Amino acid sequence: MRAAEPRRWPVAPTLAALTALLGLGMVIAALAGPLSVAPATLWRGLWEGQDAPGYLVVRDLRLPRILMAALVGAALASTGAALQGLFRNPLADPGLIGISAGAALGAVAVIVLGGGALGHQAIPLAAFAGALVTTFLMWRIASRGGETRVALLLLAGIAIGAIAMALTGVLTFLADDNELRTLTFWAMGSLAHSRWSDVALVAPWLLAGIVLMPLLARPLNGLMLGEQAALHLGFAVPRAKRAVMVLGAVSVGAAVAAAGQISFVGLVAPHLVRLLIGVDHRWLIPGAAALGAVLTVFADTLARTLVAPAELPIGLVMALLGGPFFLVLLLRRNGV
Amino acid sequence: MNDALLNVAGVTVRAGDRALLSEVSFQARAGERLALLGPNGAGKSTLMRALAGDLTPDAGAVTLHGRPLPDWPVAELARRRSVMMQQTPVGFPVRADEVVALGLPGRRHGNAADPLVGELLARFGVAALRARAWPSLSGGEQQRVQLARVLAQVWDSPGPRLLLLDESTSALDPARQYRVLEELAALAEQGDYLIVLVCHDLNLANAFASRVLMLDQGRLLADDVPARVLTPERLAAVYGLRSRWLTHPDGPVLHVEGALP
Repeated sequence: MRAAEPRRWPVAPTLAALTALLGLGMVIAALAGPLSVAPATLWRGLWEGQDAPGYLVVRDLRLPRILMAALVGAALASTGAALQGLFRNPLADPGLIGISAGAALGAVAVIVLGGGALGHQAIPLAAFAGALVTTFLMWRIASRGGETRVALLLLAGIAIGAIAMALTGVLTFLADDNELRTLTFWAMGSLAHSRWSDVALVAPWLLAGIVLMPLLARPLNGLMLGEQAALHLGFAVPRAKRAVMVLGAVSVGAAVAAAGQISFVGLVAPHLVRLLIGVDHRWLIPGAAALGAVLTVFADTLARTLVAPAELPIGLVMALLGGPFFLVLLLRRNGV
Repeated sequence: MNDALLNVAGVTVRAGDRALLSEVSFQARAGERLALLGPNGAGKSTLMRALAGDLTPDAGAVTLHGRPLPDWPVAELARRRSVMMQQTPVGFPVRADEVVALGLPGRRHGNAADPLVGELLARFGVAALRARAWPSLSGGEQQRVQLARVLAQVWDSPGPRLLLLDESTSALDPARQYRVLEELAALAEQGDYLIVLVCHDLNLANAFASRVLMLDQGRLLADDVPARVLTPERLAAVYGLRSRWLTHPDGPVLHVEGALP
């Protein structure tokens, strides 16, 4: 049974609820962990500046990590929503179209080929560069005579992603045991090393995507009717296409640089928000950002508490939880 | 004709060595209803794309309100001309009223609660379907929703506007086709719209159009009132059709008898 008359939740209350859910999730994440912290300790630490031992853990370790999780999730989800609009395909995801794979290749190349010589900061920079280079290549391949064909862009992205993944595989094969450990944990995604300095480094790039992507909502709405119709409606389609790709590359590059590969959130969050409030990108993109942040904070909290004091990679947690949930949703929607 | 809204002057479009359009010229004013006829591959869709500003002719020019199309900023052009293409694929489970709201200009964009959305859906007899998801609509219902969207785009624009409709009623049943075209003809007659309609139904063109433009192999063969364009000789030459005009108390009727051997 296909929903002939899609129900829509009212936009403003839904967005408010998602934001409230994010706040709640962040508080729970701050309190939960191997060292459980009482709400009163968190309160006094935050508002009265009391440096109780429990609060120091929260301030120096948990808060930057929670903030990073929220930013990374929001950036991946809003980029996912925009890419799905651009490609007119609900399956488009930063992971599917090769941007993440390019970022991963950059990071892995530094880990394996650079050894320790390039320092810790080189890995995120290489991831960032990888995302930009892959996006640029996709764009060049799909552009002829001043026109960029969206279908070709999607296919080129998938092919370049496959090549990047294969090259990453070759490098993994070459890696020694020590490099392999860094690499594996990183490839499956982790926020374990997020300090305030890391947040400061990547937050501007993540925020660029989160804040600027909604500005492209109108042309993305027009693109739902196809490129030609969007042009007829008077939207600056070529400029919007470029902007989505550049913002996507920047914020996904920063997300992969900060947290490694976290799949699924860029696919699921926009999909769920579309079911709730509909397809208008003006609300869909911010809504997806909020839900993406909630999901990532939640998954990261599970990642660091389930097998404490050890940690699971967040990418695995996200896929293990998100996958079945998404399947149930699909089956229910199709009346199976 | 100095008050021409649309001026097409010597438009030639080539694809490689082949001319898709050869020196097509005509002018039209707001209030006119043009039916663009011709066999498959005659160049109708190419001409429509040139009129919409989607392609730049290899020679000649299309001007709207005295201004060549390439000189129009896209957003401004969108207030003066609206286009319904043969197919408008919709990517997501958008509701019918949301599709129409995508056509609304400026700040009203995307507001499905705008009164104009309901008014236009009602005008084309699809008000009851406003909450339906796009994929659940039939082909004819989708066409009527798209017509409402295309009109919403220019409904409140000042001055005369150009409406380009490429086989916009092809999926409708005969009665609905006539009803929709009567609505459109009434709009044109109020003087604000110039409508150019690509069509394959000769009787429909005869009923709707104030002028018929007959294209064949990229050339404009005829441009006149329907009765003078749709002659048995021309229909035989262009389409290979056997036809004749019958006399009827209400006026002459075009009767198509079949294909020529």
